[in-house]
Amino acid sequence: MRTAARLGWLEIKLLIREPLTLVFSLALPLIVLLILGGVFGNSASAPGQPVFYRGVGPMSYYVPAYLCLVIASVCVISIPTHIAGYRERGVLKRYRSASLGIWVIAGSELIVAFALSAASSVILLIAARLVYAFDAPSSPIGVVVIFCYLTVGFTAMGLLLGGLVPTARAAQAVGLLIWFVMLMVGGAGPPREVLTGAMGYVSNGTPLWYAVQIMHQPWLGLDPGTSWWVFTGAALISGGLALRFFRWE
Amino acid sequence: MADPVVMVEHLEKRYGALVAVSDVSFQVQPGEIFGILGPNGSGKTTTVECLQGLRDFNGGSVRVLGFDPSRQANELRRHIGAQLQESALPDRMKVWEALQLFASLRPGGLAWESVMDEWGLADKRNAAFANLSGGQQQRLFVALALVNAPKVVFLDEMTTGLDPASRRVAWELIDRVREQGATVVMVTHFMDEAERLCDRVAVIHRHTVVAMGSPAGLVAELGGSGEVTFTTDDDVSFLRAVDGVQDVTREGRRASVTGTGPLLAYVAAALVARGIAPVDLEVRRASLEDVFLDLTDGNQ
Repeated sequence: MRTAARLGWLEIKLLIREPLTLVFSLALPLIVLLILGGVFGNSASAPGQPVFYRGVGPMSYYVPAYLCLVIASVCVISIPTHIAGYRERGVLKRYRSASLGIWVIAGSELIVAFALSAASSVILLIAARLVYAFDAPSSPIGVVVIFCYLTVGFTAMGLLLGGLVPTARAAQAVGLLIWFVMLMVGGAGPPREVLTGAMGYVSNGTPLWYAVQIMHQPWLGLDPGTSWWVFTGAALISGGLALRFFRWE
Repeated sequence: MADPVVMVEHLEKRYGALVAVSDVSFQVQPGEIFGILGPNGSGKTTTVECLQGLRDFNGGSVRVLGFDPSRQANELRRHIGAQLQESALPDRMKVWEALQLFASLRPGGLAWESVMDEWGLADKRNAAFANLSGGQQQRLFVALALVNAPKVVFLDEMTTGLDPASRRVAWELIDRVREQGATVVMVTHFMDEAERLCDRVAVIHRHTVVAMGSPAGLVAELGGSGEVTFTTDDDVSFLRAVDGVQDVTREGRRASVTGTGPLLAYVAAALVARGIAPVDLEVRRASLEDVFLDLTDGNQ
């Protein structure tokens, strides 16, 4: 545990020394926020019109969704790229021979994911607050708890992806692809109500969709339905597979 | 004799149909510096990686400090130090951060600051890994292998990439590692290094051990005949009766005695006993390199 904390802190320092990666992780969700927010504004569907955004204003819908998007970008793009790069260069092998185990690697990645997601979310919330009007969370503590929960879940998925992809370049390509699909149909892009049947199916396959439903519970007081079960199941299975099939070289 | 630190019996490692290690057996005694020599691709690195539990193997049995690397790799790795052939650290990690991290893995290890000083890395303390020269990176890896005060140290081509001066420094440090009580298992390409450092070596060729013994012993046993030459006007045909001498020939005033074993000592003693003391007595013996090349078909 202490070793994971030490390695996690070291990784955060390394990240700060690699400004380009940091800028990418912090800026990507911000760009999405500013563009989609600019396009959709925050007017809830008028009475008698078709209902979009689960009946709330677009920005009230999007801001909590973007927090999930931030976590997803860190865990689906940054973590797998980082792990695959370490494996490619022999860093993981070096760590392993020094008796750093899989739990230490997983723990340190979780710490980095927390730090990066939290920093990115704070920037996002400040920007959103300055530019748009949106509903404040009905339970801020619930939001923080859910944020932590989702970070753990997405980190498990990121570890699995990092274990499966052969190289850092592949990780980046696959990660970006998954992230864009999630962005477009996973509840952080066009409202679910306008997605066609096929897109709806794809949407149901993205963890982000369920994460957004879960985050909407403490923020907007909306019912997450079975999302808890689906997301938790996906996270547990990913985590189990990641631990089982982690490749050191 | 104390229990061997490393015990390898009939080690087998295959990658599919490809044999990497076949029937390799050896033992390393406490405090020994044991060298594993062999051409590229002969299975040296695979062998030491099996010993460290970094690789599964298909057959045979291995014990390192009493641990079975195939089942107790985690416990084992806490007691060994490793410098791997193909490995790296994160580019931006600084020298002191790496040493501190690795030192923290085993409480009760050495103070990392002193290891850093000893290996001449103090002035590179704040340098990022990517900005170190090849030699400095190599020294950092060896320092990381030693920082947890291991009982056995595995060094895989430790001095590859070091300039000649740094190699000498590294040799002295390895001597010091042994003086501190650790056992060293090293893979090397350099015969001078093996001769200088190793108490015993195993030569691996085509995935199996083809010779084992002290460097001097291997040279004596496998180096073929040596040759002693000198200049004299006396008749030296009596030297044929000396132990180990196979032949005595003359070319003008130059006499040449070929034979095996401690040839120079016996020939010199026999000459002196007859009152002949040539000033230009010379010996040409096979080196470990000659033996190595013979064993590994490198001379063909």
